[in-house]
Amino acid sequence: MSMLELKYIVPGDDFTRAGEASGDVKHKLKKIGYNPDAIRRVSIAMYEGEINMVIHAGGGEAEVNIDPDRVEILLIDHGPGIADVEKAMQAGFSTAPDNVRSLGFGAGMGLPNMKKYSDEMYIETEVGKGSTVRMIVYAQR
Amino acid sequence: MKISELAEKCGFIALNFAEDRDVEGCYIGDLLSWVMGRAKENNVWLTVMGNVNAIAVAVLADVSAIVLTENSALDSEALERAKQRGVNIYSTEDNTYETAKKIIAAIE
Repeated sequence: MSMLELKYIVPGDDFTRAGEASGDVKHKLKKIGYNPDAIRRVSIAMYEGEINMVIHAGGGEAEVNIDPDRVEILLIDHGPGIADVEKAMQAGFSTAPDNVRSLGFGAGMGLPNMKKYSDEMYIETEVGKGSTVRMIVYAQR
Repeated sequence: MKISELAEKCGFIALNFAEDRDVEGCYIGDLLSWVMGRAKENNVWLTVMGNVNAIAVAVLADVSAIVLTENSALDSEALERAKQRGVNIYSTEDNTYETAKKIIAAIE
């Protein structure tokens, strides 16, 4: 059991609501006086993950487990899966449609940012079934 | 310097004023993923992106205000979200370069 366990539904195809979960996590971490640098990294990594789920997977679920020394973020979707994870991890590689680019996303920075801002990241994915991304951010880097 | 003072010196028009925050430096960019990772707390953020996602990025990056340059549009959903989340938003007719010059002159 973690100190604090949070669960969110990330709605699909709704850019207006993406960021609600990560915003809420940020707010809660701030309230309990978490390390500001860790809060920032959790927020950014999770928001990118939320956006990814909205763009690519028709939404999904987010689970956040907060402990004094670390925050674990689980992002679970039942979307199309990632065919080539290595390629998806390359900065600048994107399969996002054009309408997403006009919103300021789709530059192929989502997964690279998630890796950059988390301390550990694990991707489990199966084409046609979905993806689960697990990220860990330590309170002290 | 406070954001209200900077806005007055630079002639920004307030579209949403929530809190008179401190301003420490400036960040410029329209690519949200890029800005989110690089803008610093209390930066004033110059952009042309006036959508709800820009509001989310402003909250996550904890910038002191968004300044929409060249009168770029703030959509109604974004304004609503900015009110809910307490994000300061200003508008200016100047382009981003001119706006940045004014900010430098005002801050230094």
